[in-house]
Amino acid sequence: MATTIVDHHEEHGHPTGWRRYLFSTNHKDIGTLYIVFALVAGVVGTLMSIFVRMELQEPGIQVFNHLAQIINGASPEIALDAAKNLYNVFITAHGLIMIFFMVMPALIGGFGNWFVPIMIGAPDMAFPRMNNISFWLLPASFTLAVTSLFVEGAPGMKGFGGGWVLYPPYSSNTGSPGPAMDFLILSIHLAGASSILGAINFITTIFNMRAPGMTLHKMPLFVWSLLVTAFLLVLTLPVLAGAITMLLTDRNFGTTFFDPSGGGDPLLFQHLFWFFGHPEVYILILPAFGIISQIISTFSRKPVFGYLGMAYAMVAIGIVGLVVWAHHMYTVGLSLDTQRYFVFATMVIAVPTGVKIFSWIATMWGGSISFRAPMLWATGFIFVFTVGGVTGVVLANAGIDRALHETYYVVAHFHYVLSIGAVFAIFAGFYYWYPKMTGFLYSEPLAKTHFWLTFIGVNFTFFPQHFLGLAGLPRRYIDYPDAFAQWNRISSYGSYITGIGLLLFFYVIYDGFAKKRLAGNNPWGAGATTLEWTLSSPPPFHQFETLPRIKDLDH
Amino acid sequence: MRFASTTARRARDFRAGFFHMSFWLASLVAGAAQADGYPQPGQIGLQEAVTPIAEEMHVFHNWILLPIIIAISVFVLGLLAYVIFRFNENANPTPSRTTHNSTLEVIWTVLPVMILVVIAIPSFRLLTHQIVVPQADVTVKVTGKQWYWTYNYPQDQGGGFEFDSYMVPQDSLKPGDIRLLSVDNEAVVPVGKIVRLQVTAADVIHSFTIPSFGIRIDAVPGRLNETWFKAEREGVYYGQCSKLCGQDHAYMPISIRVVSAEDYAAWLVEASKKFASTGAAPVHFADNTAPRLERR
Repeated sequence: MATTIVDHHEEHGHPTGWRRYLFSTNHKDIGTLYIVFALVAGVVGTLMSIFVRMELQEPGIQVFNHLAQIINGASPEIALDAAKNLYNVFITAHGLIMIFFMVMPALIGGFGNWFVPIMIGAPDMAFPRMNNISFWLLPASFTLAVTSLFVEGAPGMKGFGGGWVLYPPYSSNTGSPGPAMDFLILSIHLAGASSILGAINFITTIFNMRAPGMTLHKMPLFVWSLLVTAFLLVLTLPVLAGAITMLLTDRNFGTTFFDPSGGGDPLLFQHLFWFFGHPEVYILILPAFGIISQIISTFSRKPVFGYLGMAYAMVAIGIVGLVVWAHHMYTVGLSLDTQRYFVFATMVIAVPTGVKIFSWIATMWGGSISFRAPMLWATGFIFVFTVGGVTGVVLANAGIDRALHETYYVVAHFHYVLSIGAVFAIFAGFYYWYPKMTGFLYSEPLAKTHFWLTFIGVNFTFFPQHFLGLAGLPRRYIDYPDAFAQWNRISSYGSYITGIGLLLFFYVIYDGFAKKRLAGNNPWGAGATTLEWTLSSPPPFHQFETLPRIKDLDH
Repeated sequence: MRFASTTARRARDFRAGFFHMSFWLASLVAGAAQADGYPQPGQIGLQEAVTPIAEEMHVFHNWILLPIIIAISVFVLGLLAYVIFRFNENANPTPSRTTHNSTLEVIWTVLPVMILVVIAIPSFRLLTHQIVVPQADVTVKVTGKQWYWTYNYPQDQGGGFEFDSYMVPQDSLKPGDIRLLSVDNEAVVPVGKIVRLQVTAADVIHSFTIPSFGIRIDAVPGRLNETWFKAEREGVYYGQCSKLCGQDHAYMPISIRVVSAEDYAAWLVEASKKFASTGAAPVHFADNTAPRLERR
């Protein structure tokens, strides 16, 4: 009899050790897995970018020829050619890793899984088992992507070096006949499936599992941001999946979707890719918007200014974001009217984005702001996102994009909004929720040092790239005319500062766990009004034994 | 180009950089431009404009876009600074509960719309000027290949020849050549004439760009794209391939020499002889059944 009772208890207890994570159906454990995965991938992606910056610090090739001998085992005679290829492989992998294996897992899988159910007063996600497979597809996908680095791509060369946009014919048999590209396609298929399943889970959870009284218009903005993001994922990822499947059959089964000699068109791929690719950048930044809104409201001790405007600005950005894709293709030979439409539609996005920026500042206005580390990151986010945003308005104009397309100006622009913007939001969210997720406080002085190192580092890295772009330096170049040396050098120094910041970040995590300063339920005080701060830190395995009732959140 | 020492080069670059920064700021005010058809050390603005389109782009960027985006960034930075000093917890211990202000919300929606309209009017005008190709005096066909460019001058305009243009390798550079920009065979066009470029590619996508001319058009296999320019000053103008096309993407520069009408006529005669043996080969399109590229 006694054994029966024990068994009964084990059914309701939760698995421990490796089973807890491998078989996990708990949204918080899966969220933790996502965050750890994002940290690992983020380190790989950052190392690649630092190698790239080391190479670009001086004109000529001086780093990748050695790397090619170490990584690819290239013989010294072909080391220079192997270096050129490896550089392209690195920038390709850096882009794909940072997007699919760092930012998306951290923001959507990590913070989304952790806090969407808690914020709407749900005990878990709607489909806990699907949540498990959503995560475990990612390591498989990452493995395929890493494998691709070590098999033949372009003839005689290892890995696929055609950029994260995967344009054929470079990605078809014409440019990369080896299996590296096939591995990459399958990797993206898995990552895409993972994201689609995750998105379905979020939509269902948010629509069906809100606590009594938690109407859509009372949901925290982070939940709104995840809802819009999930819709974008469901609408656009299948298009990418279709495009890369067509590429796969072009490569292996003799079809000619993208091959003009068989009636196909390389530009068809670009349209399909960017139909996904442009919403993808909003997929990366919308959850960041959500996090920044929560943090600014918390540390200003004020409710979010213009709540409805903020929520529907995100909806508007999502909808308009679906119909602006060809602004990535102004130079492919689009007709005048096509370019006119995409200029117009792209500029429209600046309006809801401006609403968000000004509403954040208005939230701080009149507040009693405590500049803890998360708030520093959030304030920094507003500034760098503004800088990245206004250069986006410049690039929206096809007429001037003619000068700046595919130059470092574009690199500066999207790193300001993503590498700085989205990553600032990830660090902001990490410090904001670290006490809730672990139960411990991080070291405030160390976290602030981390912010300042990163803020200075990224601005030194990316601001000079505007100058390089205006002066005409094309992106994805392993070597450049000597005139570009000076700003490249400064940019490289900046990336080393950022790298030191990243090392400090890992020390901050270690320090938090080692010192064990207990956080309590709510370390942030009266401004922290969302439901996660009513729970213990870390929250119980199933957070709400009885569902909370939401009365008035004072929007 | 190998310099005597890294230290010397750095010192020179930095001096040039400061010079150019002040020059750029001055030129922004004066509406003037940078020198020559190639980048300068430390340059922070657009390359010299030598076509009407590039001039229009300079005006649009330097006089409309740049002031607006700097003003917006400084405005947001100013607001943030004010909020940080005025509303930190020491300066303002009791937070207000204001969460709505309809007037303000209407203003920050309508004002950006008006700014965008101000940008859109010259933007659409510029776009139209770029895309609508006027009656051309000279046509040149350009084909991007891994990793060089082929220029084809049609028969009916005194041409009937084509030639390949490769980058000058580092160990063959002569005095006056620019590392990574100079080529063995420059394309030549007459000054002050409207030149129509027809651009395609034979293997993967490339992109034909000359910053000084304000042109950029992708070379896509299976398509014949076109663009145009009217160079108003003689000289040599450089560009670099701008679509990732494989390992030597950074090593297939573009170089166009703009000469007087007489020199152009003389060059046509000379080039017809020099490149006669090349013949006019048809364009090779990307093809699934093509043999694998040679190992390099």
